Amino acid sequence: MRIAASPAILDLEGPSKYATHGDAGRAGDAVMRIMPAHPRFTSEREDQTVRLSLTGRWTIRAGARIEEAAKELLDEAGGGRKVTIDVSGLDRLDTTGAWVIDRTLHTLREAGADAHLEGASSDHATLLREAGFRTFKQPKPPERHMLVDIFADIGESVVLAWRDFMKGVSFLGELVSAIVTSLVNWRKFRAASVFFHMESIAFRSVPIIALINFLVGCIVAQQGIFQLQRFGASTFAVDLIGILVLRELAVLLTSIMIAGRSGSAITAELGSMKMREEIDALTVMGLNPIEVLIAPRMLALILSLPLLTFLADMSAIFGGLIVASVYGGISPEIYMSRLQSAIALNTFLVGLIKAPFMALVIGLIASIEGLAVQGSAESLGRQVTSSVVKSIFMVIVVDGLFAMFFAAIRY
Amino acid sequence: MTHDPDIDEGLNEHGKVAISVHGLVVGFGEKLIMKGLDLDVMRGEVLGFVGGSGTGKSVLTRTILGLIPKRDGKIEVFGHDLDRLSRVQRRLIERRWGVMFQHGALFSGLTVKQNIQVPMREYLDLSDRLMDELAMLKIALVGLKPDAADKFPSELSGGMIKRAALARALALDPELVFLDEPTSGLDPIGAAEFDDLIATLQKTLGLTVFMVTHDLDSLYSICDRVAALADGKVIAVGPISELVQAEHPWLRSYFHGKRARRMSAELTEAHHSGGASR
Repeated sequence: MRIAASPAILDLEGPSKYATHGDAGRAGDAVMRIMPAHPRFTSEREDQTVRLSLTGRWTIRAGARIEEAAKELLDEAGGGRKVTIDVSGLDRLDTTGAWVIDRTLHTLREAGADAHLEGASSDHATLLREAGFRTFKQPKPPERHMLVDIFADIGESVVLAWRDFMKGVSFLGELVSAIVTSLVNWRKFRAASVFFHMESIAFRSVPIIALINFLVGCIVAQQGIFQLQRFGASTFAVDLIGILVLRELAVLLTSIMIAGRSGSAITAELGSMKMREEIDALTVMGLNPIEVLIAPRMLALILSLPLLTFLADMSAIFGGLIVASVYGGISPEIYMSRLQSAIALNTFLVGLIKAPFMALVIGLIASIEGLAVQGSAESLGRQVTSSVVKSIFMVIVVDGLFAMFFAAIRY
Repeated sequence: MTHDPDIDEGLNEHGKVAISVHGLVVGFGEKLIMKGLDLDVMRGEVLGFVGGSGTGKSVLTRTILGLIPKRDGKIEVFGHDLDRLSRVQRRLIERRWGVMFQHGALFSGLTVKQNIQVPMREYLDLSDRLMDELAMLKIALVGLKPDAADKFPSELSGGMIKRAALARALALDPELVFLDEPTSGLDPIGAAEFDDLIATLQKTLGLTVFMVTHDLDSLYSICDRVAALADGKVIAVGPISELVQAEHPWLRSYFHGKRARRMSAELTEAHHSGGASR
């Protein structure tokens, strides 16, 4: 008889040590603080007959050692015709232990050996039966072809993009009809809700919108003055600020900020309501979720964005004024009169006209993405990200389209 | 992680008590939820914990689990005072208990199998093959079909979520299992099956079960003892037959309400006609 190679050398003391171990430990005898009994076994071999006696704790807490022990068990029994696994000396057993022991038996039987179990206490026998080895049918992963996959992916994306667009159009239709219904039917108009959302979309973002546009006004002024100085035309920097900010920058920056700030919030709100079946609850009460939830947010966005754009215009021009007088030596009086001659009402309107359209794009994307949330938290995160990315992208695309449109009508 | 076999393997624990709570005080702001609560849960028993809605059944569970801070009192799990343990020792205790939350609390981004494997992956260095096998075994033990393994929680029915949550609670073969309203939201057949499942697992795995429940069926069929909570204290503990006799007004209305009367009548009848009843 020999002791099989044990994963942990410290384990060679028998389980009898454990009775005294605690007291010894308390006495401060560090030498006696041996590790608990890991899965171990001894083997006796007589020609073709192998007898494996299991001791120690065959539990999941042994971690990798239980797998090593199971492998050694198999190696040790290899080639035996008649294998007996004696579990009477087991200290402790759990489902993991039962599983690996039963799996070993099963593997041995498959190899043609006559393997059986011996000495299981009633508790262990129940465990070995309940947590016994069984095979699980795993569904086969579908076959993959690189080239086919690529084409399939491309095709799928194209179809999905088209569907996205159609969904957007149909959603817009539903939305317009909902808004018109609520406007026609004054009693159903949810003014409180609209103002509530305007507070969170417009009022709460006043500081950040004012700040970023102020800074951008400063930067444009500084660069304009710096570059135009070489031609002795630094006062033209005021024209640059006026036209650039009013026509493009203010509305673009505001829209991007609102897409990030409020678009994401709308997606997250609608998405979590979808997850908790709140939207279904509205539907079964006979309320139209688009009318109740989305129309007020959309109206709030459409009303807020022009207001914020106006604020952005003013802060950027004010930023330009400060830099022009401090850095460029252009006095506020000259700045103002220069500005008056450089811009007309249409410069200001070009920016402002775009704002409600930007709001519409942001709101549409945010609502559609919000309603597309599935059950998981991960899906909510994905949809919010996609909402922000898509709406910022679309804001820039729409701005480009407007630039072409205004150029064509010479406005 | 430094190894502490005493706590990890429960080497010097000879006590018969799995959880012992003494003089527990828990409150939020001005309001006290637990006013010096005492409770012992014995090893290997199924303790049912009842109480009216809002009396703090879940608060007690969460306090024992360390999710809510306590103001005063002592909580011992397997004889170890939780306040005196180091963080590492506490982790080792946590590996020895499993928790099934009321609504499952399965990780929504992971499949059922991955959910079960989370604690294994975190704490043990098992091979992927064994982890897969063990996860599938747990799935089979709780009575789910193998094809549930690769489903996400959002694709499961309420009963399946409960089973999957139980499978995750059992991932590390815990000695102690906390179940928060395990049968709530299940139909009577599903609830009875779940009760049987808990009873079988408890016997097979030698579990200690701490079960918060409202289900009178569960109380009668699988609980060894029942503890009742009212006014921030445990007002009675004992086998259900004793609690039914108790004089406390809340207990009287709880066990002698319309629904309870019918059930106890049925059970007494079954008893007299020689039917098995625990």
